[in-house]
Amino acid sequence: MWQQVLTQAFIVGLFSATIRVACPIMMAALGEVYSERAGVINVGLEGQMLAGALAGFLGSYYLKNFWLGMLCGALAGGTLALFLAFMCISLGANQIVIGVATSIMSTGLTTFVYQALFGVTSVAPTLGLMPGVHLPFLSDIPYLGPILFQQKPFVYLAMFLVPAMYLLLYKTTVGLQIRAVGEHPLAADTMGVNVNRTRYLCVLAAGLAAGLGGAMLSIGHTRSFMPGMSAGRGWIALAIVVVGGWNPLKILAASVFFGMTDSLQLSLQALGLQVPSTLLVGLPYVLTILLVAIAGAKARAPEAIGTPYMKQ
Amino acid sequence: MTTMLLMKNITKRFPGVLANDRVSLDVREGEIHALVGENGAGKTTLMNVLYGLYQPDDGQIFVRGREVRICSPRDAISLGIGMIHQHFMLVPAFTVAENVALGLKSSKGIVLEMDSIRRRIEQLSAQYGLSMDSQAQVWQLPVGVQQQAEILKALIRGAEILILDEPTGVLPPQEILRLFATLRSFAAQGFSIIFISHKLKEVMEIGDRITVLRQGRVISTIKATDASVEELARMMVGRDVNFAPQRKKPVLGDAVLRLSNLTVFDDRGVEALKDFSLEMYKGEILGVAGVQGSGQTELAEVLAGLRRCRSGHILLGNRDLTNAAPHTVIEAGLAYVPEDRKRVGTIGTFSVAENSILKSHTRAPFAGKLLLRRRSIAEHARCLVQEYDIRTHGIDVEARTLSGGNLQKLILAREVSRSASVLVAMQPTRGLDIQATEFTHRKLLELRDSGMAVLLISADLDEVLALSGRVAVLYEGRLMDVLPAELANKQSVGLLMAGIGGRRDGGTIEAEEKGHSHLGSTHLRRGAGD
Amino acid sequence: MLTFDLKRRSEPIVSPVAKSALLACSIITAFLIGGVLIEILGASPILGYRALLAGAFGSIGGFIDVIVKATPLLLTGLGTAVAFGSGQFNIGSEGQIYMGALVAAWVDLTFQGLPKPILLGLAILGGATGGAAWALIPAALKAFRGVNELIPSLMSNYVAILIIRYLVNGPMQQPDSYMPQTALVPARLPLLSPAPYRLHAGFVLALCMTAAVYILMRRTSLGFGFRAVGASPAAAKYGGVRIRQTVLLVMIISGGLSGLAGANELLGFHYRLIEGFSAGYGFTGILVALLGRLNPVGVAAASFLFSSLSVGANNMQRILKIPSSIAGIIQSIVVLLVLGTQVLLEYRPSVSFSPTRRTVD
Repeated sequence: MWQQVLTQAFIVGLFSATIRVACPIMMAALGEVYSERAGVINVGLEGQMLAGALAGFLGSYYLKNFWLGMLCGALAGGTLALFLAFMCISLGANQIVIGVATSIMSTGLTTFVYQALFGVTSVAPTLGLMPGVHLPFLSDIPYLGPILFQQKPFVYLAMFLVPAMYLLLYKTTVGLQIRAVGEHPLAADTMGVNVNRTRYLCVLAAGLAAGLGGAMLSIGHTRSFMPGMSAGRGWIALAIVVVGGWNPLKILAASVFFGMTDSLQLSLQALGLQVPSTLLVGLPYVLTILLVAIAGAKARAPEAIGTPYMKQ
Repeated sequence: MTTMLLMKNITKRFPGVLANDRVSLDVREGEIHALVGENGAGKTTLMNVLYGLYQPDDGQIFVRGREVRICSPRDAISLGIGMIHQHFMLVPAFTVAENVALGLKSSKGIVLEMDSIRRRIEQLSAQYGLSMDSQAQVWQLPVGVQQQAEILKALIRGAEILILDEPTGVLPPQEILRLFATLRSFAAQGFSIIFISHKLKEVMEIGDRITVLRQGRVISTIKATDASVEELARMMVGRDVNFAPQRKKPVLGDAVLRLSNLTVFDDRGVEALKDFSLEMYKGEILGVAGVQGSGQTELAEVLAGLRRCRSGHILLGNRDLTNAAPHTVIEAGLAYVPEDRKRVGTIGTFSVAENSILKSHTRAPFAGKLLLRRRSIAEHARCLVQEYDIRTHGIDVEARTLSGGNLQKLILAREVSRSASVLVAMQPTRGLDIQATEFTHRKLLELRDSGMAVLLISADLDEVLALSGRVAVLYEGRLMDVLPAELANKQSVGLLMAGIGGRRDGGTIEAEEKGHSHLGSTHLRRGAGD
Repeated sequence: MLTFDLKRRSEPIVSPVAKSALLACSIITAFLIGGVLIEILGASPILGYRALLAGAFGSIGGFIDVIVKATPLLLTGLGTAVAFGSGQFNIGSEGQIYMGALVAAWVDLTFQGLPKPILLGLAILGGATGGAAWALIPAALKAFRGVNELIPSLMSNYVAILIIRYLVNGPMQQPDSYMPQTALVPARLPLLSPAPYRLHAGFVLALCMTAAVYILMRRTSLGFGFRAVGASPAAAKYGGVRIRQTVLLVMIISGGLSGLAGANELLGFHYRLIEGFSAGYGFTGILVALLGRLNPVGVAAASFLFSSLSVGANNMQRILKIPSSIAGIIQSIVVLLVLGTQVLLEYRPSVSFSPTRRTVD
């Protein structure tokens, strides 16, 4: 068996799938970094991802275009996030409670729409396979080539976003303002920063990212939709933000790690190993608890997170 | 001298209170204009209106002769108005440079130009005689340096009108002198400075003209050279104020609380109390003076069981309360009136009655084995409300409907009614009006006379000097000295607060009995006129 | 530019009439939105809601169904209300239901020799213990390591579901069957109604728990401490409330109540442990607790309302082919509206048009 594991084909296959599967969670986590850095914990991430999965699927199916589908997915997530933003930022409702409630609502809404369109008992149609794009020269590098540079296009989008979001957060005036709003909103206000507008935009960013991630899941991975298919990935993304210390680069690493556990099942099955599938499916959740237990105690969240900012 | 700023008939209302009532203020170029009044007189409100944090309900603002509308701090900044707040508007986790950069337009679009900002900070620091490490994180800086960072923020944005809100509350006397020198040099260079304070001596020293506010209205604007402290005080309060302290020679009983060699760390991991030792006796008020951040908060918290000490001992009577949990400390008979009335001292959404039994809610007569005894609780609450004249619409209303003064009375009433032997009172009259303050002072004196040991921790030096039989002074976590009342005055205490003098042997400092003078310490003789 | 602002009222609105009016408006609005969805599907909202009412209240069978389905909702709602009211965000009720059912099933199947009443009692206790023990995972992490309970409790839902899946497809599977379920359990909750109706004693159990929770939170010093931690942890600590003890106890009680819900479904309705038997009772329980404003009586009313919605929606699906998941949508919207309009009790909304501001620099 070990000879099989150490073949190039297996390793390439495992890591390639890992990267592809890590993208949805990573997208949601990257967006959530912005929301939380600005001081809003967006627990509706799961619902936004699920809505994005459905909208992405429907968009691709009816508009016959993967990219339009991705856009629909992002917009669906963004819309839900705006709703949460209004409730939590403008109305000052409890962020965690609203987040849980909107996630539950999204589960019901997506199930309803799906059942209305495709019937209660039947299975949704399958989308075509999104073609992979092989980057010239880069994809010829042994090992790294096929893993990183022979992927579906949305993977490249995700890869681009990681450094982009890192730079935006740490090296720009916008990023400084976002971080200030999350640490000391009153100080930011006195320096002329519009606290609530900044928070709105960051929550919207999180929703767009989560929706996009959900679309990646339904379009790029399962090529279909099933009620509840996000299966807690949105919440795992929340954990990844904490474990990754609100830092886009560390979140990249954590997401890849989770992607590996997610794709492990497929890979081990390909080896012919009979590991109880339930065990493997449960691995990401157990790992999340463990990682949060280790990192969560020492994690330092942005100072003003969770509290609405009400002006006099 | 030209008029830089004119605020005309500014009116600002809040629910239930008229904070500014047709207030007019004019500030000239190169002038230091002091704005004085008691807590709640409307000084900070007026300045928040000027800085765009509040919108006035009525009135006009003119800068350099042109009428302007200031809808947000951005507008104020663009008009050359800079504000140095009482509670600094600095992000603790950011560096000085990042704090300065916040909100500043970058010439490279959205890319931060930290290098250029660093250079400008160094340039301005040199120009105005400030010392600043732009790469230091704010939370690590001492308070005086943080204030300088606040000033830098305003300067770098081209402020020509500087508003300083109670800037001396956090500074020891030496740094206050340095600040005054800096302000005078700014004024000489044409800056207009508005200096908000309730400390009359300071205001007379630094101000060119003084405007007195009382209950939202301007009482008068006079030249500092024409004013006297008594006259200012009368204008501020509306009646003659007695400056003579009400001290009685303390008659001390047995030792009741013994703190030995306490070392306590604060939330940032910095040593807040160093090898602190103190003894308290029945029937005394021991005041603790010190600049904010000298370790007072940590002292109160470690006594109340809300913070652990790294080493040292706390003995109440013969019970060891070192690192005891709050409920143990409570049972042992230590009462604590915390600084934060709304968040810690009471539970806003609980009723007055429920708040009245906080800390005693598991014991008789308010609870049996399992169930609460509602009637006893109600009786107790009504009793407290009556005895302390707490203005409330009944005992079942939520505590957050009470005003600050009444909330404080509720807390005081509750703590006192638990028949404790020691009371720790932290900033007990902060933000209270004259009546509530006098009531609190009277109560503390009553408690002392009934045999309780009262630890009065306050940033209001006048209050500490007026009530305490002995004054302990903290400086950077160390106990500088414990002065008996007759040797404690603004000068002697002020020097100790700045870290000058004091005993450093760290041993337990005994109090004298029956007022004999203290031997072997290095404080000054009492000067004239204090 | 147009700005939406909230101005603090000088005195918050506290009259019960105003609060009830807000509640009623939220419910009506949610139903209106549901009506719009029905309309979009091409059906008549009036017919749809008529079918809903008929399904829930039009027959004895339907009504009993409402009560039976309300029972687990009431229990998980109580559990969530205790937790939220004490400042613990226990979102793990779904998993705690399953673990409760698991332990109850295990006890019931393993000690079959015992007399039925004793076995039943043990099974119920087992259910509560199972849920409580499962809640200890996030509880211990918080109490001893300071880890926020949100993510551990969320994740433990999925783990619980998967554990059940594994067991009922493997070691605990009914012999000679390929169905994901266990064998029938011998001890069951007695029926309170004649056949063919299935109103069982679990409902009485749930009502007892409602009273117990009310007494606990409102009338005991322990509950006083719980509520203090929920209202202001800093003040509670100052007031001598033992925080660690509170966290653990609250989660145990909360998990125990959800575990009872699971035991209730097993012993009163399904009579065997089935994979996926909980139709979202855990998450819906959270909504129920929020709608009931964390008050036991409110939770009871809310569970009844939500249950009627579910039962009625099934009828809508049968008659008009409208997917029954519409019930979930209406439920969520009601809760979100209630939560959102809470702010109106303390703040006055104002929309203003202010002239464009001067720009900086």
